[in-house]
Amino acid sequence: MNFERIKEKLNILADAAKYDVSCSSSGSKRANKNKGLGDSSGMGICHTYTEDGRCVSLLKILLTNHCIFDCAYCVTRKSNDIKRAAFKVQEVVDLTINFYRRNYIEGLFLSSGIFKNADYTMERLVAVAKKLREEENFNGYIHLKSIPGASDELMREAGLYADRLSVNIEIPSEKGLKLLAPDKKREDFIKPMQKVKNEIIQYKSEKKLIKSTPIYAPAGQSTQMIIGASGETDAEIMYTSAYFYKQFKMKRVYYSGYIPISYDERLPSIGTEVPMMRENRLYQTDWLLRFYGFDIRELLNKEHPNLETDIDPKLSWALRNLEHFPVDINKADRRMLARIPGIGMRSVHKIIQARRYRKLNWEHLKAIGISMNRAQYFLICDSSTFETKDRTAAQLKSLIMGTSGSKWRGAYSNQLNLFGSNAPLTTS
Amino acid sequence: MGMIDQYIYDGTFEGFLSSVFEVYERKPLVVKIVSERIATENFFDEEHIIYTDQVKADRVWKGIQTKIGKKAGDWIYRAFLSEKPDRERVLLRIIKKGFLGHRVTEDYADVDVLRLSNLVKMVGREKHRMDAFVRFKLTKDNVYFAEIEPDFDTLPLNAIHFKNRYADQKWLIYDRCRHYGVYYDLHKISYVKLEISKDINTSEAAPFYFTHDEMHYQDLWKNYFKSTNIPSRKNMRLHLQHVPRRYWKYLSEKQP
Repeated sequence: MNFERIKEKLNILADAAKYDVSCSSSGSKRANKNKGLGDSSGMGICHTYTEDGRCVSLLKILLTNHCIFDCAYCVTRKSNDIKRAAFKVQEVVDLTINFYRRNYIEGLFLSSGIFKNADYTMERLVAVAKKLREEENFNGYIHLKSIPGASDELMREAGLYADRLSVNIEIPSEKGLKLLAPDKKREDFIKPMQKVKNEIIQYKSEKKLIKSTPIYAPAGQSTQMIIGASGETDAEIMYTSAYFYKQFKMKRVYYSGYIPISYDERLPSIGTEVPMMRENRLYQTDWLLRFYGFDIRELLNKEHPNLETDIDPKLSWALRNLEHFPVDINKADRRMLARIPGIGMRSVHKIIQARRYRKLNWEHLKAIGISMNRAQYFLICDSSTFETKDRTAAQLKSLIMGTSGSKWRGAYSNQLNLFGSNAPLTTS
Repeated sequence: MGMIDQYIYDGTFEGFLSSVFEVYERKPLVVKIVSERIATENFFDEEHIIYTDQVKADRVWKGIQTKIGKKAGDWIYRAFLSEKPDRERVLLRIIKKGFLGHRVTEDYADVDVLRLSNLVKMVGREKHRMDAFVRFKLTKDNVYFAEIEPDFDTLPLNAIHFKNRYADQKWLIYDRCRHYGVYYDLHKISYVKLEISKDINTSEAAPFYFTHDEMHYQDLWKNYFKSTNIPSRKNMRLHLQHVPRRYWKYLSEKQP
């Protein structure tokens, strides 16, 4: 192996792949078989974290950054003057195996620029996965990118070797896509998603009848949207997201704050701050939809097309719906417990277990670990001291914000200063 | 005030279970189970040396598993690995409550259950960290070798994880704090005590122990770690929260 040449390629092709935020290695059921290498039946593992705090679980690289497309938001776009490189199939296999054996990674996340055409590219991605599974007896995690426009036959084969497949929708709306990636069509993204969804359903139902049916993409599929590049509201983004979860049974939708990489005037200019706070609020909303039983229409709608930046979306919902509170901790059902600001799903679980043995009071709740500075205004428990004052939403918000140390505080006050405003954080 | 009986055992889990057996056998009024490593002489306590007895330990273990439950057994074992000074006291109370029919993995408002679940969580988190932060280096003897210094004694838990994962390679993980290792020889895992030279990781000595390619792969990994970072999103606070400095020592990507 020519390590110097590999190093050079790795630097280029890892750098180009890093804008894909998915690094999940969980949700697969692939156990070690025949004393081979690897096991991805457990929970995902982050082997390290980058200095920007993102999990590194997979070797995330492009097979090549040569590309025939010219999407404005992408570093790999044809018109961009950058160093290009391409891995050979065997080189990716060797890197993956040797990194895996040293416990650096859970597996491989392989994507690619599109060279020649969709099928030609997809074929090579599949060849890497096939080699890993069949020649190296590798049972680690493999995430392959579905190349928009790839044939059904290749997508079927891909799912037999990969644990997860993903197509990045990137731009949340069709008008945005038309503006920033005029050569790409929405149908081309949708087609492989549809195919993968159907195959997953079919393989699952066959496996029920015939035990030996191979597993197909056991960790499901995911997609990603870029935030802040094409002017969509939070509502547009999250309704698109809700649609993908429902329509294609997505395991995850990722949100990636746009990192300016181009002087193209259709896009935020270089030096514009990455919208990390907004990204965080979108993820919180995503969580509320998937784990807390919220409906998207409760959180974002015509009256509230954008999330509040200074408070989390659950608190925001609670302040708009004070008529549901206070909630009685000792009586409420799981759904309502999950809606109390400052109580996460783990605490909900503990509360439900613990209250079978005694009525819970403030001390119990503190010990269980709920966030009192938010929760105290929204619940009653087995205690004689309560928040009894009838406060307005604005008063509550200012009370809570006065006592909470949000990690975004610095960022938020900076932004205010930027606009030269000393306006209070609450409207009353 | 009456005398407190102090049961001193050898610090092993079997030793602790043997002590629990004696508590039920001898029915002392007030008892303290203490590991010999931290036992101190005390005029008011009456000391009893408890010898580790596999048969007694097995009986208690079986009792825990059948009467209190498999999950409780797992929790008790994990909490024991925390090596916290209050572990014997909390676990004895948990076991007593469990044998009386109390649900010790559910009643989170009970102080002992809460402490137990916190210990389990702490040990679980450290175990998970070790699963992640172990960095194997390929020695010239064709053994993948790693060193760890976990906050708690998690290696027995990690061993199972690595045995399932690296079934086709020989590996050895050595706990530098507790001076023992686990070796997998392609068939089974065994616990080993060995002398490991302190200079094994230093750059001058490394080529003597490790293969030529090993250095290259560490270098590639370090490069990958740098390339995959996005400077405009830099957030060292978050980085340190996930990878506290005390773990850097054995992470190849964090070496200069």
